[in-house]
Amino acid sequence: MKSLAETAPPALAGPPPPLAVTEQPRPGGRQRAAELLQRQGVLAVLALLCVVSSFVFDSFATLDNARGITIQASFLSIVALGMTLVIVTGGIDLSVGSVFALGGVVAAWASQYGFLPALLVPLAVCGAIGAVNGLLVAKAGMAPFIVTLASLLGARGLLLALTHEGAKTYLVPRGSAFQKLGGGAVWGFGYPVLIALALFCLGGLLLQRTSFGQGLFAVGGSGDAALLMGLPVARTKVLVYTLSGLLAGFAGALNAARLSSGVTIIGVGMELDAISAVVIGGTLLVGGAGSVSGTLWGVLLLGVIQNLINQIGSLNSSYQSVVSGGFLIVVVVAQRYLSASRRGT
Amino acid sequence: MAPPQASAAQSAPPGPDGPQDPAAPPAPVLEAVGVSKRFPGVVALDDVSFTLRAGEIHALVGENGAGKSTLIKILTGVHRPDEGELRLGGEAVSFHRPHEAQQAGISTIYQEVNLVPLMSVARNIFLGREPKTRLGLVDFRRMHRETAELLGGFGITTDPRRPLHTLGIGTQQMVALARAVSVRARVVVMDEPTSSLEPREVETLFRVIGELHGRGISLVYVSHRMDELYRICDRVTVLRDGRLVHTGDLRDTDRVRLVSMMLGRELARVRKEAAEGHDDGRTPAAEPVLTATGLSRRHLLDGVALDLRPGEVLGLGGLLGSGRTETAKALAGALPLDGGDIEVGGRRLRRISSAAAIRAGISLLPEDRKAEGIIPGLSVRENIVLAALPRLSRFGFVSRRRQDRVVDIFVKRLRIKAASPEQKVGELSGGNQQKVLLARWLCLEPRVLLLDEPTRGIDVGAKAEVQTLIEELAAEGLAVLLISSELEELVEGADRIVVLRAGTVAGELTGGDVTEGALLTVLAETAPDAVPPQGGPEADAAPEPGAADVPDEAAAPGAGDVPEPPDAAAAPELRKEEDPR
Repeated sequence: MKSLAETAPPALAGPPPPLAVTEQPRPGGRQRAAELLQRQGVLAVLALLCVVSSFVFDSFATLDNARGITIQASFLSIVALGMTLVIVTGGIDLSVGSVFALGGVVAAWASQYGFLPALLVPLAVCGAIGAVNGLLVAKAGMAPFIVTLASLLGARGLLLALTHEGAKTYLVPRGSAFQKLGGGAVWGFGYPVLIALALFCLGGLLLQRTSFGQGLFAVGGSGDAALLMGLPVARTKVLVYTLSGLLAGFAGALNAARLSSGVTIIGVGMELDAISAVVIGGTLLVGGAGSVSGTLWGVLLLGVIQNLINQIGSLNSSYQSVVSGGFLIVVVVAQRYLSASRRGT
Repeated sequence: MAPPQASAAQSAPPGPDGPQDPAAPPAPVLEAVGVSKRFPGVVALDDVSFTLRAGEIHALVGENGAGKSTLIKILTGVHRPDEGELRLGGEAVSFHRPHEAQQAGISTIYQEVNLVPLMSVARNIFLGREPKTRLGLVDFRRMHRETAELLGGFGITTDPRRPLHTLGIGTQQMVALARAVSVRARVVVMDEPTSSLEPREVETLFRVIGELHGRGISLVYVSHRMDELYRICDRVTVLRDGRLVHTGDLRDTDRVRLVSMMLGRELARVRKEAAEGHDDGRTPAAEPVLTATGLSRRHLLDGVALDLRPGEVLGLGGLLGSGRTETAKALAGALPLDGGDIEVGGRRLRRISSAAAIRAGISLLPEDRKAEGIIPGLSVRENIVLAALPRLSRFGFVSRRRQDRVVDIFVKRLRIKAASPEQKVGELSGGNQQKVLLARWLCLEPRVLLLDEPTRGIDVGAKAEVQTLIEELAAEGLAVLLISSELEELVEGADRIVVLRAGTVAGELTGGDVTEGALLTVLAETAPDAVPPQGGPEADAAPEPGAADVPDEAAAPGAGDVPEPPDAAAAPELRKEEDPR
C-alpha cells in the first residue's frame, strides 16, 4: 500500500492546509436547557407533584403510602421496561397486557410443581410469543402494530382456553417459596419493587453501555443506515421483542405470586399504560432516542396521579385515566416544542 | 495488499494507459468484468466492464438511466449481477449484502448521508464495533478520544458527543468518510458527494479526498460537475443506456468530447448540423409574458433569470443536476425559494405558491407523470377536469354537461386515443397519458406552460405528436418552457435555449445559434469567462493558492483552460448572461 501511494500521481498532495472546519459553536444555553428538560422533565414534574401533595394531603408523605405506590407501580414498570426497548427501535408491542395476564395464569398453574417451574414455564411461553412477534416483524417485514395486535388477541384467547373461559382459577400453594416471592418484603417494600429496581439498573446498562443497546438506537434512528453499516438489524429486532415478551411474562408471574392466584381479567389495556409511561418518560415514539430511567419516572408519575385521586376520595377513580391522558398530551406537545427549539437557533 | 500481477493482463482496460506512469499501470484493485443486470422491463447494465486501479481516483459519469447507480450498487453489494463477475485484488468475489462488501474493504458514501442523525458523532463512527472495557461495556472515553483523533487527522475539530444532526451536511459527510476510512477501506465509492455542499465544504472534502489518495486508497467518484472531475480524477468511465461507452485517462479526453459521449451525440454529426440553418416562421411577441429574476434556493438555484415571450418555445438545457427541473418548479411555485422575483404579464407575484402561479396562468407538466400527475384509477374525463373543477361548478355542484363539452374539445384537439372519455387513464399508452395531463393544464387556459421532459418514456410516434402539439400551442400564442435532456429535441423544438450549470445561467443561444454543437460547447465549458484558469466556482473559497494550483496539474492541459473547443471557428458565438444582480 505504501509503495502504491508513492508511485501514484500526487494529484492533491501538498503542504497540509489549514483547518477548514473548525469547532462549531457548542449548543447554546437555551438549547442545553431544552435538552435537560426533555431528559429530566418528568423527574422534575414528579418531584414537584410529590412535594406539593405532601403538603396538601397528610396521608401522602407516609412510608405506607410510598410502599403502596411502589408495589402498585412495580408490575407496570417491568412491562414498560420492555416496551421502552421496543419503542427505541421504532416499534411497538401491543401484546404485553395479554402476555402479562397469560404469564400470571401459567405461573399459577405451574406453581403446583415447585418454585422453578413457576418461574421458567411462564418465561418460556411468553418469551416464545415475543420471539414470534419479533420474527414476523423482522423477517416477514410486517408492521409491528398489526403483528402485536394479533398476538394481543391470541394470547388472551389462549388464556381463556387454559382457564375454561375463566371458570377455572389456578391457585398458588399457600406458604410456597413462589408465593413468598410476590408477598415478601424488605423494610415493608415488596420483593417485586426491589426486583423491578434491579431490572431497571440492568436495562439501563444494556441500553446505554452495550453494543446491543447502541444497535437499538441505530435501528430506531435510521434502519437503512443501520443496515448499510452492517448491523444485524433483523436479529436485534427479534431479540428486542423476545425481551419484551419475557419481561411482560415475568411481571405477570410476579403478580400471580403476589395475588396467590392466576387472575384472568387483569392486564386489559395495560399496554396503553406502558406506552404512556414510556412516552411521558421522554422516549420518542418514532424511535431512536429514549432512556430507561425516564420510563421509571413515567410509571411512578402515573402511580402518583392514581394515588392522589384515591386520596381525594370524592373523585371517581376513573378520572385517573382522564388526568393521565391529559398529561400524555401535554408531554407530547412539550416534546415537539423542545425538539423544535433544539433544532432551531 | 498485493494483488496478483496476472489480473492486470486479464482485465485489459479498453482505454489507453496513462502516460503519467512510465512503468506498467498499477494493478487493478476492483474490477467488474462483463457485468449485466436486468430489472423487470429494463436492461440496466449490458456487458459492462469497469476497472479501478490501485491508488487512482476514477470518475464514473453518465446521464439519467445510464446505469451508474446500478454499477455502484453491484460494486457495493446491494445488487448482484445477472452475468459477469466482480474481482477484488484479482480474485473473483461475490457479495450478498452491503455488509460483506464493507468487510472486504469497499465503503460507500451515499449522496444522502447514511448515518443515524440522532446519535452522537462518536457513536456513529464506532457503531457495530464499539471499543469495550474489561467488563464488556462500551468504553465511551476511548471512543470519544479516538473519534477526536480520527477527525483531527482530517483537520476537523468537533465535539464527538454532539448529535450528528446538529452538524452541517458537509461535516456529516466527513464523519461518514472517517467511518469509511476507520473500517480500513481499500476502495471508497462516492456517489455525488458534493451535490448538497457549500463551496467551502467542497474544499474540505477535496482535501480529505487528497488525504485518502495519499494513503493509497482508490476512489470511485460519481459527479455531474465537470470542474470537479477534471480537478481531482485520474481516469474516467462513461456509461450510456446501460453500456460502456469509454474508459480512459481523463487528461486525454477533452470536455466537449466527454459531454458528447455522455449525451450520445457524435461530434462530427453535430458539426455538420451546426452549419445547417434553423427556422420556423414563428415570430414571438417582443414583450415577455413571464420574467423571472434572481431565483435562488440553497444548493439548488443561484440567481437564475429568464424571460418567456408569448408564442415562443424556450428550451432549458443543462446536464443532470444543473437545476433545470428546479427552475421549472420554482416558476410554478412548487419550490420554496430563498429569493427571487417572478413577474407575469407585468405584475409581480407577491407570494410565490402553487396556487398563486396557477392563478397567474402558469402550468407545470411535471417530470414524473406517474408520481406527480396522472391518477391511473380515474377516467380520462375525470383526469382532465380535475384542476378545472372549481371553474366548471356552480354552488359546489359540478355540471356534467360542461365537463363533457370541455373534455370533448380536448380529446379531439390533442388527438387523445381512448376508447371513450370514461376509459381509465391507467389503460392508455404513455403518450396518451401525457396528452391527458397536457389537457388538464390547458383546461385552465394558461398563459405559460412549463414542460419538464414531456416526451420521456413514450414511444417514437407519440413523441413526434407531442412535439408537434407543442409547436401548435406556441403558434397560438402560448409561452412554452421546454426541458429535455435530449439535445436533438431541445434544438429542434426550441426557438431559444437557456443553458444552466450548477444552478446558474451559463449561457443563452438564440436565432441561428440554436444548434447541437453550440449547446454542447456551453454544456462542456468550465465556468463563466472572466474567472482565472484555476477558478471553478468552488475555487473562490480555496483556503490557499497552493491547494488551488494542484487541480490544473491533474486536469488535462489545454482542455480545462481553454473555454472554446478546438473548432472554435465553426462554433457560433455565445451570448453570455451577465449576472442579473
